[in-house]
Amino acid sequence: MSTAQALSVRGLAKRFGALVVAQEIDLDLAPGARVALIGPNGAGKTTFVNLLTGFLEPDGGRIELSGESLQGLRPEQRVRRGLVRTHQINQLLADNTARDNLAIAIAERDRHAWRLFRFGRQWGRCREEAQQRLEEMETAATADRRVLELPYGEQRLLEIAIALSLRPRVLLLDEPAAGVPSHETEVIHQALDRLPADIAILIIEHHMGVVFRFAREIVVLAQGRVLARGSPAAISADPRVRAVYLGKSPV
Amino acid sequence: MRRARVVAAIGHVLPWAIAVAYFFAAPADLDFGTQVVIWVLFAMSLDLALGYAGILTLGQAAFFGLGAYTAGLFAIHLSPDPLLGHLAAVGVTALFGTLTGAMILHTTGVTLLMLTLAIVSVLSQYANQATDLTGGDNGLQGIRLDPIFGVFEFNIFGRTAYFYALVVLFGWFVLAWRIVHSPFGRSLDGIRQNPHRMRAIGTPVWWRLLAIYTISAAMAGSAGAVSAHATRFVGLSVLDLLTSGTVTVALILGGTRRLYGGFIGATIYLVVQDYSAKISPFLWEFVVGGLLIATVLLLQGGLLDLGPAVLRLRDRWQAGQRK
Amino acid sequence: MLSFGLTVLLDGVSYGMILFLISVGLTVTMGLMRVVNLAHGAFAMIGGYVAGYLTQRGWDFYLAVLAAAAVTAVIGAAAERTIYRPLYRKGELAQVLLTVGFVFVATGAVSEVFGAFPYPVVLPAYLTRPIDIGFREYPAYRLFQIASGAVIALVLWLLLDNSLYGARLRAAVDNPRMARAVGINVSLLFTGTFIIGCGLAGLGGALGAGILSLEPAYALKYVVLFLVVVIVGGEGSFEGSFVAAMALGIIDTLGKYFVAQAAPYLLYTAVFALLLWRPKGLVPPRSLA
Repeated sequence: MSTAQALSVRGLAKRFGALVVAQEIDLDLAPGARVALIGPNGAGKTTFVNLLTGFLEPDGGRIELSGESLQGLRPEQRVRRGLVRTHQINQLLADNTARDNLAIAIAERDRHAWRLFRFGRQWGRCREEAQQRLEEMETAATADRRVLELPYGEQRLLEIAIALSLRPRVLLLDEPAAGVPSHETEVIHQALDRLPADIAILIIEHHMGVVFRFAREIVVLAQGRVLARGSPAAISADPRVRAVYLGKSPV
Repeated sequence: MRRARVVAAIGHVLPWAIAVAYFFAAPADLDFGTQVVIWVLFAMSLDLALGYAGILTLGQAAFFGLGAYTAGLFAIHLSPDPLLGHLAAVGVTALFGTLTGAMILHTTGVTLLMLTLAIVSVLSQYANQATDLTGGDNGLQGIRLDPIFGVFEFNIFGRTAYFYALVVLFGWFVLAWRIVHSPFGRSLDGIRQNPHRMRAIGTPVWWRLLAIYTISAAMAGSAGAVSAHATRFVGLSVLDLLTSGTVTVALILGGTRRLYGGFIGATIYLVVQDYSAKISPFLWEFVVGGLLIATVLLLQGGLLDLGPAVLRLRDRWQAGQRK
Repeated sequence: MLSFGLTVLLDGVSYGMILFLISVGLTVTMGLMRVVNLAHGAFAMIGGYVAGYLTQRGWDFYLAVLAAAAVTAVIGAAAERTIYRPLYRKGELAQVLLTVGFVFVATGAVSEVFGAFPYPVVLPAYLTRPIDIGFREYPAYRLFQIASGAVIALVLWLLLDNSLYGARLRAAVDNPRMARAVGINVSLLFTGTFIIGCGLAGLGGALGAGILSLEPAYALKYVVLFLVVVIVGGEGSFEGSFVAAMALGIIDTLGKYFVAQAAPYLLYTAVFALLLWRPKGLVPPRSLA
């Protein structure tokens, strides 16, 4: 396995009893990659992310982050190594403000968060950086409002902002625009466009417009296996992919 | 803004001022006051674990009782120095907290609750059986203590006991205050709201929970030790499931996540118990239970929320009047 | 030896039957409504005290027991409307607190009305006599407990398996949203099942007064046992709770005979270990079957 890859997956497998959710999955993400993971519902996309991030334990296969194995590492340890995800359904601290949500993540990143005694100045710095990031995401107006009062699109942006603040090497975006009303999606897509070029990004997405706008490579997952991979043009021309989505012929 | 600060300052000084004033105002009732102080500390310990960190536990009495018996047995068998005994009690309960916490804190919900219930039940039953050690139903009696620093004697007037309890409470309070206002405390609040989210930002959730659980255990053990020292007696009730339930009730009545909630809740519980015991021995359970139900159903934040809740109602009423 | 073994078995099974009768309502409501109900023991306690009160005043034993179940069911209905309804949507903490509050209220009320000492249920003479079961004489009442427990369990099982109610209940436990979409009135199902569960608990409390003695501390003291049956058997699992209740009854009885001194805390230690090993219970929670 090449150490030049930001993320390298070989032979990933997982089953729940008779249900196979992942089989022989191979995937490489080079630094700066823009890969979209698509596939019909139930294909195992979110399961794949859970396997990568350590929330699920695989039955087999290897996962390497910049050449180092992630075997046996807990989710929080993988985050520290630079593998960060966003969630299909927002996982935010609803009672806290947007800025606080970010500041807490930053404090954790900078290893302040275990401190019992020194606060004040460092927390101030975390809040400053949080404010800055909100401005970059162009959602600074909502900084002081509690998350549960925010429109859903703003919450999704916050979810992405938090992930970015953790300085990821590899970023897994699970349907970033899911559940967002159509008049708010453009803001999210623009945020995706502005993601730093050196991060390797895997985005799970259903919306083909986003996929073609964003991805330089597409991987198609169906029934837990990689069905096809290639450039957007190649994939859109692939009859097997069409069949899987439209069900014209058995795969 | 300034008015809020003044209110906050008053709010901080008031409980301690009352506590000190009580010493002078009610010299004949210091025992009762000491009980209140002990239970405030006990409730505050639970606030850290349950209120702030969201650890669903009904087993806090395990630490209280363990602290009490350790302090009592230490005084009887090892040394009548109360401070050493107190230290021993805190050390033993902290250790027990770390050990049991390490075993159970990866679980959540009903499973965690049951595990805490099992722990306190095991200790309670064991204490019941080990009558040689604990005195069984009769309890550990006649604990003799040296005066603190050779000067402050524990006697029937209870003056030493009262101030001893108050100083201990104050010390733990300062620690608790720093903890909940620190980044550590903030991360605990996050863990309570959404542990998954915290893991997704790299928080070592289990370790944080273990840390606060240990501190909470040590605090409860300290309360138990003070109880043993103040009354020079340790009965089986310190390990009772009822005691665990009662301190939970007291905390909720006062309100979680305010630290001062424990002050109010413990006071109310003991006052209610004292008054209703004069009418009938078990009436307090009925009253306190009813209060708890009302609090949970009506007041989200416990009785400390009563003020803000009334203000909110008033605002809404006024807004309605203006229309 | 055989005689001893069979005695232990019979003691354990009768204990298990009582545990099952009381806990089956709890496992169904916890599995169905997903409410942590720490007050379930209070319902069993109420049933026991009602039966005790009536039999002490000369009521026929069977009538008293049925009345106990009925009264408990009514109280359960009232509680469901007032206390439990708001709980469905609130979190686990609120449920724990509220039901603990209810336990306190019930405990206090019972202490006030009936006093703090163990409260007996008066049995008819023919049930208190020992019966010759071949190799020794054995209390008739224990046999009665086993028999009535078995009959009720059978009736419940048939009900669950063969009735429309049972089918609806199983569907609602499996997938409440789907059940609603198919037109099943899930909230009515909740309420009805809760009431039945309370009635059964009252019945168990009344029948079991010889094994789980009636005193004000009953509700809090035994709640751990009932929760153990539910968690070990798997929330919502009828079969599981039966097996768990039997296992708990027999193991606890064995413990009392062999390790009398250590028995109570050995049991809880075993429970502790079991929960660590299998946090979701021996039977993973799925459906009511």
